Amino acid sequence: MNTAVNPNELTSDDDYGPLYAAHKKVYPQRVSGTFRRIKWGLMALCLGVYYFLPFVRWNRGLGAPSQAVLIDLPNSRFYFFFIELWPQEVYYFTGLLIVAAVALFLMNSIGGRIWCGYLCPQTVWTDLFYAVERLIEGDRRERMKKDASSDPMKLERISEIVLKHSIWLLIAWWTGGAWVLYFNDAPTLVKELVTFQAPMIAYIWIGILTATTYVLAGYMREQVCTYMCPWPRIQAALTDEWALNVTYRYDRGEKRTSVKKAAELRALGEQVGDCVDCYQCVAVCPTGIDIRNGPQLECIQCGLCIDACDTVMKKIGRPTRLIAYDNDINIHRRQEGRPPIYRIVRPRTIIYNLVIAAVGGIMLYALLTRSLLDVNVLHDRNPIAVKLSDGSIRNAYTVRLLNKRGFDRVIAIDVDGPVNAKVHVVGVDSVTPDRPMIVIGRDQTAELRLLVTAPAELNPEKSTPVRFHVTDIGLGEVATATDNFVAP
Amino acid sequence: MTDHSDIDHVSGKSTTGHEWDGIKELNTPLPRWWLTTFYLTIIWAVGYWIVYPAWPLITTNTPGLLGYSTRASVAVELANLEAARGEKMAALAKASLADIEKDPALLALARAKGRTVFGDNCAPCHGSGGAGAKGYPNLNDDDWLWGGTLDQIMQTIQYGARSGHAKTHEGQMLAFGKDGVLKPDEIVTVANYVRSLSGLPTRQGYDAAKGEKIFTENCVACHGEGGKGNQEMGAPNLTDKIWLYGPDEATLIETISQGRSGVMPAWEGRLDPATLKAMAVYVHSLGGGK
Repeated sequence: MNTAVNPNELTSDDDYGPLYAAHKKVYPQRVSGTFRRIKWGLMALCLGVYYFLPFVRWNRGLGAPSQAVLIDLPNSRFYFFFIELWPQEVYYFTGLLIVAAVALFLMNSIGGRIWCGYLCPQTVWTDLFYAVERLIEGDRRERMKKDASSDPMKLERISEIVLKHSIWLLIAWWTGGAWVLYFNDAPTLVKELVTFQAPMIAYIWIGILTATTYVLAGYMREQVCTYMCPWPRIQAALTDEWALNVTYRYDRGEKRTSVKKAAELRALGEQVGDCVDCYQCVAVCPTGIDIRNGPQLECIQCGLCIDACDTVMKKIGRPTRLIAYDNDINIHRRQEGRPPIYRIVRPRTIIYNLVIAAVGGIMLYALLTRSLLDVNVLHDRNPIAVKLSDGSIRNAYTVRLLNKRGFDRVIAIDVDGPVNAKVHVVGVDSVTPDRPMIVIGRDQTAELRLLVTAPAELNPEKSTPVRFHVTDIGLGEVATATDNFVAP
Repeated sequence: MTDHSDIDHVSGKSTTGHEWDGIKELNTPLPRWWLTTFYLTIIWAVGYWIVYPAWPLITTNTPGLLGYSTRASVAVELANLEAARGEKMAALAKASLADIEKDPALLALARAKGRTVFGDNCAPCHGSGGAGAKGYPNLNDDDWLWGGTLDQIMQTIQYGARSGHAKTHEGQMLAFGKDGVLKPDEIVTVANYVRSLSGLPTRQGYDAAKGEKIFTENCVACHGEGGKGNQEMGAPNLTDKIWLYGPDEATLIETISQGRSGVMPAWEGRLDPATLKAMAVYVHSLGGGK
């Protein structure tokens, strides 16, 4: 039934309840347990890599950058330990992104949004900021009390706040600082930064990332995940009924009963739930939800509620994992008295693994067999062919040679195609007339204008295939390109 | 329907009061910071109107407090580019033509600069790749009217041919028919003789001896003994396979009776010396340079 809305009735928000909600601050409580330990470990690993990687050195010889991981934008080079990539090899990143995306799908089909809960930078830095906050202002209750207090602030409280924000800003500043170190030689840049001689753009980027880290991890926190990030929405399309999401096992937990009452009822031989309604799972949740309401958009699958619940279950002498990585299928099976099944290996995960293996394999093969000498040939388009005064035909080509090695090389060019062809490279007077040789500087390209001249009567075809072989005289490395020799 | 406490019993959430076919819309309020951010972006936009050019007026627009203009910023960037190139262009201006071709870096620079300048100034006649057209020489081949060495190319670019410049190349193909020097049948005969010089077939019943006689009396002065051409006068070699206007009989008759005097303008004074050098090197490097 369609109910007509009278426009006159649509005058005030008050009629419909608020359309905008005030931010409810979340005060996650300290927790310890398996998943908390995993999170600490991963945080240490991720931040350790991020903050210290720019300082790792890698010897590439004299004149080349000695930083293990470096994005050299002015020279268009990317260095990663033993790999040096040129801009035209950006497809390795494409491959890496495909692998990353499918790995994310795989994680999702196995454990739900575990990326969000353990590895996402937003989570990692927010977790770190919460740790600082707890250390300085105390745990959940103390922080709530301090925030709610309307008393005039005492020196102690002011110093707490100042200290907290100072440490936050220090972390945020270091985060921005580490970022710029990936784009220039780290020790040099650090020296320049502290003596205020670094380029302005470095300070600007540090400023931007300091601000985003401070705001996103200090203030926005779970709001980023709930309202700003698209992943929670995409995730719905990638999960299935077998994915192990953080689940309140209501088959075991319901009906919620207090500890004392439960003991009494159990003594009478009655069925009671294990959940004692202690709200510890809610207290520790970094997104402020109650997992017992079932799967929710806000849940980042961090598993801290599992740790909290396990602590309580141990205390009251009940089995742990009332909240666990599980799914509804198993809840129903248990309700029906059947054993739970966990299907990590299923078509979906097999396919994701195969895609990862295939793309990873292709990339690895391409990387291992990539040529450090390359040649690209472009035929002149206008004129496509030139008739010379003696009637012979000349085609001109733009040949680009790429030397991806860290030393100068002598390259010989052989052209294989038209009968009795003469080869000339403009500006090169080679000692071997039909085999021009040129020197290319290390880590450089050279663009040459190459002329192929052949008698018309010996090459009657409209178009003859031509192969350009370029050979490193010293190493014997060969690269080849093909094109055509065209008659006018 | 405007009940304040309209609660959906399944989800326990309040509704917006909107209902379609019995389906009620749940109220999932946006956070207030979102709304604040939205208002801030509007204020930011107003700031843009004030500091940047924004509102169109009848003939102009509001200039904005910063006085920013894309045109001015392009001018600044172009000036920066010129300054950045200045050093290299100075090196180009200083080096001799031969030295430029020997230095790979200078050659690359000259070719890059030359290609751009050629496209702007030469392409209308010679084509974007210097392939030429009827009456406009192909600069890629090895046939040169005024000489194909670097210096000769430079000279032709600088002063032109029949350009009116004091140092221009002079000499033209006379109009033998129009001026009444040769009779129509003589023109046909000599045209066939010229075709025979480069091995092209001739018309049936053509008198080779007469053709040679007419050629010797009228053409050798410029085109030389045997029609090998003369670069001093810009007289083309008639024995090779390359024709500026075309080798067919009709075109040759037209050339001989009407004459030819195509013009290459002088570029000296229109382009700076370094640019002229770059252009000469570029043309020379197209492939036909001697």
